Amino acid sequence: MTTSIAYGPARVLPGEQIHISTNPDTEPFWEAAKERRLTACQCASCGQFRMPPSAYCPNCSSKERNWPTLPGTGQVFSYAICNKNPANGEDYVYVPVVVELDQAGGVRLVGNLTGCNAEDMHIGMRVEVEWTDICDGWVLPNFRVTDPA
Amino acid sequence: MTWSHQDKCAIVGVGATDYYLRGKSWPRTINDMAGEAILKACDDAGISVKDIDGFAYYAGASAGYVDKFDTGSLMETLGMSHVSFTASLTSGGGGVAGAVGLATAGLMNEDCRYAVTVMAVQQVPTARLGAIFGAMKPDPENSFLLPSGLIGPGHLMSVLARRHMHLYGTTEDVLAEIVMASRQHAINRPKAIRRTPLTKEEYLASVMLADPLRRLDFCLETDGAVAVITTTADRAKDCRQKPAYIHACAHGASRAWGRAFGWMGMPDPEFSSSGHQFVADRIWAQSGLRASDMDVALIYDHFSSMVLAQLEDYGFCERGEGNDYILSGKLRYDPATGRGVNGGIPVNPHGGQLSEAYIIGMTHILEAVEQLRGTAINQVADCEFALVTGGPAPIPISSLVLRSA
Ligand SMILES: [Zn+2]
Repeated sequence: MTTSIAYGPARVLPGEQIHISTNPDTEPFWEAAKERRLTACQCASCGQFRMPPSAYCPNCSSKERNWPTLPGTGQVFSYAICNKNPANGEDYVYVPVVVELDQAGGVRLVGNLTGCNAEDMHIGMRVEVEWTDICDGWVLPNFRVTDPA
Repeated sequence: MTWSHQDKCAIVGVGATDYYLRGKSWPRTINDMAGEAILKACDDAGISVKDIDGFAYYAGASAGYVDKFDTGSLMETLGMSHVSFTASLTSGGGGVAGAVGLATAGLMNEDCRYAVTVMAVQQVPTARLGAIFGAMKPDPENSFLLPSGLIGPGHLMSVLARRHMHLYGTTEDVLAEIVMASRQHAINRPKAIRRTPLTKEEYLASVMLADPLRRLDFCLETDGAVAVITTTADRAKDCRQKPAYIHACAHGASRAWGRAFGWMGMPDPEFSSSGHQFVADRIWAQSGLRASDMDVALIYDHFSSMVLAQLEDYGFCERGEGNDYILSGKLRYDPATGRGVNGGIPVNPHGGQLSEAYIIGMTHILEAVEQLRGTAINQVADCEFALVTGGPAPIPISSLVLRSA
């Protein structure tokens, strides 16, 4: 379903208000992002993907991991439309989106979706990663619509 | 297989404070309110507060609140001489119904004789409950979620609700009906916070907070406390009120739901469910009952969309058919007959958390007990079985079937 409200263009939340933290399990993902390379945690033993990255493979209990380079494309699984910047409460249209990543066994990543009006977004849209510089030198994967139709 | 402890314990006392809009309970303290609820529950049961030797919680109410409570401080102010069972389930409002099952575990293990389950809520403007996630510094796990601006539970629920709409054609009309039915039930309740009738137009004019969810799809934020006393069926015979037997109770969840909220990795159909399928299967197996055997359903309503999802998980209707089920009026209590409208099973005839008060699920247990005693304000006729659910929330989630004596 699409909404009847005219929100206008969906924006990415400003990177200067966004912090992350890492641990040894998740750091390879964020180090790759710094190089604008999208990866996901893959079990080196059985090949199953998992996100967020965790210590053990839930399928085979292996701790061995691969960090393959993904194409950076995917499709919208679901989303919300928000209209207040959570950092300050000011009017700000953004779309938190759950994206099913291509060539990653169906794992998902959550980011902001941009590239068209919020009210025109829909589940199933094709998207590609778009990188946003955030605090402390980290880089965040967000998404841009590739086929606004 | 029938649960071996079926009907061997009962809720024998209930107590509650007044309900206050968020922050308005000050200068009362959290122990003042928790103590009032416990003392009233003991009085209702006909026992002394000093008889309580068990505490079964589902949360200590620390996150996002001005204060928290614990067994030591409650014992100190209420004067119990000792405690021989004090335990909690491991998350939040998902466990509210399961806390009564935890009490049952303490009683059946002969650790304690009278167990209290209590929740007291108090918020201050600087620590909003709805922004719990946003107030947290991102840890390595929620660093995969918070940067998207999904900072509150309502944001997260809206993503689930949209998927349900996509898969099943669920409409905003059904969200409106859930909220309007809740409001209708609260109108004649003196303690309810929202007591004025709600029209569809007023619902649609409610500000969109996280499309597709409007402000009125979010539950109230209130202060107050509710306590319930559970004891064995033998001791219940000596209590003042008709017991409400613990007929079935389960907590937990499947891994498919475990990845809810901070994860968003749940497969379909779990993604747009309430995550209750696992505990629903358990309580129906424990009891040999099913949804259609319930006389009243107290469904955790922190967000309107989750009422629909729970009705599907418990089998009040088929998955994906919640929209039509609810739009046929089946949530509503009919005062003329004392039963549900259009053959439905009344849902939250106390107005629930959307309209009466939000004490993290405890008002649902309170209402279930009153319904089974026959003393509820919107009393369901011949009420024998009541379902109470915990919140679709981080694991564990839980549910409870109570049976009248
Ligand atoms: Zn593996």
